Amino acid sequence: MSKKLKKYKRYLPLYFMMVPGLVYLIINNYIPMGGIIIAFKKFNYAKGILGSPWTGMDNFEFLFKTKEAWTITRNTLVYNMLFIVIGTILAVAVAILLNELKSVMAKKVYQTVILVPFLISIVVVSYLVYGFLSTDTGFINRSILQPMGKDSVSWYSDPTYWPIILVIVNVWKNLGYNCIIYYATVVGLDTSLYESAAIDGAGRWKRIWHITLPGLKTTIITLVLMSVGRVFYSDFGLFYQVPMNSGPLIDVTNTIDTYVYRGLMELNNIGMASAAAVYQSLVGFILVLSANMLVRKIDQESALF
Amino acid sequence: MVEKSKVFQIGVHCFMILLMLFCLIPFLLLVVSSFTAESALLKNGYSFFPSEISFDAYKALLIDSSSILRGYFLSFVVTIVGTLSNIILTLLFAYPLSRKDLPGKGFFSFMVFFTMLFNGGLVPTYMMWTGVFNIKNTLWALIVPNLMMGAFYVIMMRTYFTTNIPEAVLEAARIDGAGELKMLIQIVLPMSKPIIATIILLVGLNYWNDWLNGLYYVNDDRLYSIQVLLNKMLMDVQYLMTNAASSMGQSIQLPATGIKMAVAVMGALPMFIIYPFFQKYFVQGIVIGAVKG
Repeated sequence: MSKKLKKYKRYLPLYFMMVPGLVYLIINNYIPMGGIIIAFKKFNYAKGILGSPWTGMDNFEFLFKTKEAWTITRNTLVYNMLFIVIGTILAVAVAILLNELKSVMAKKVYQTVILVPFLISIVVVSYLVYGFLSTDTGFINRSILQPMGKDSVSWYSDPTYWPIILVIVNVWKNLGYNCIIYYATVVGLDTSLYESAAIDGAGRWKRIWHITLPGLKTTIITLVLMSVGRVFYSDFGLFYQVPMNSGPLIDVTNTIDTYVYRGLMELNNIGMASAAAVYQSLVGFILVLSANMLVRKIDQESALF
Repeated sequence: MVEKSKVFQIGVHCFMILLMLFCLIPFLLLVVSSFTAESALLKNGYSFFPSEISFDAYKALLIDSSSILRGYFLSFVVTIVGTLSNIILTLLFAYPLSRKDLPGKGFFSFMVFFTMLFNGGLVPTYMMWTGVFNIKNTLWALIVPNLMMGAFYVIMMRTYFTTNIPEAVLEAARIDGAGELKMLIQIVLPMSKPIIATIILLVGLNYWNDWLNGLYYVNDDRLYSIQVLLNKMLMDVQYLMTNAASSMGQSIQLPATGIKMAVAVMGALPMFIIYPFFQKYFVQGIVIGAVKG
């Protein structure tokens, strides 16, 4: 007994070190998890969370009866799928091309520059977009459409183009980040394979097709599955800030995250907002678990757990 | 064959240069617009080739120091305090987790890890911070929620410790009578400079660019960080005008179109300044994070 106690005493300083972090995790992450019960209550500020009466699944029933429930699910899923497919193809292609370049200096410059958009906040991104799309002073209306004799487009009130705009902005912002990950993998591939392929007289495209791409396969599958695990979450800033929270665009820009935010902060509809948030957390949780299970099957090392 | 290869190289360079332009041109429009005279902006819109150059937007920013310079200062304070707190919390948490022999290690690791899989969502989080901790409209709101410690960085640092710090070194120090805190500071820290630099940069980037905490928890305009201010200015065209008018007795006409762009340039500037010097660490962080995170 005393021996065991002594052993724990040895570790006491280590446990003490963890106290601040544990307190933070409990407050920042675990207490809000308990708060998902709000979704099952008829929340009333005066009565508080615990005092508010239970309503069972009412909030969820209301939520799924609305047209928005379908819209936000569709938007969240479809946009994420587009981002994953287009983003991955471009990032892999650019990484392979980078690797084929001979000039070390040029490689470094290109890699450095394409990461620049990743460094700025989505708020600044929305200014960049505004510079191009502003109805009165935007570059596209004033310097492209008008000189060509075409009518100006009121970009912020016409939903037609937003699916494309959002995809472009997302790719623009994240290409460098994704590319660097794939590039690191390509660089790490066994160079002796390339040498023997060259001796065998395999051309460039053959080499890329038979060595580089198979070498990237695990990384691609892993990263894609990880993103698939997060398809129920959206980049709030991209869908709220970049379209400037514009009402006429809401049908193509409303995702689960923006819906929850608007429900809580702008419409004061706590029931619906919390139901949507729980819907997101639960489905998101299931998706992450399934994605991870698949990753484990393909490459144990890359699995989260 | 040699010719063909040369053509290919040139082709790839051309493609990469186009890609670089695609990445940089929006910034060029932003910067050029911020130096364009207000009259030219109103006449021709935001353009790459301004008909008249002017520094009025930046001059106006300096005159209207009340809100913009305060926001700038606030962003610096929040970034420095937040990043420091984060790195201390992360170090103190990751080090014990890296010790193979620590009883309960599995449980604590899972506790960190689970936060990446599941969360309570915005509604209870918002209610807790505002209702229980009363952080609405305090400086804490910009520092504490969500950003002060992240599972991602804890795991990244723990992995670094377990793979780069030999147990024999720690064992030797323990035999010499060193306590755990001393070991962390005198042995582990000096051996972990690359990962610490990487995490400091990534966390610093998160703090500098954060506008969500401001959006959720702050509506007192004395507590607007530069990103929150930028958000308000874009969403509410009148915001800057009324704010400036009240502080200057409505005597000066603000170059509103250009000033927007000037503030956005200011908001992105610090990251652009430090990026070239720390590019290596950013890249390293992204690679480690993606593979091991």
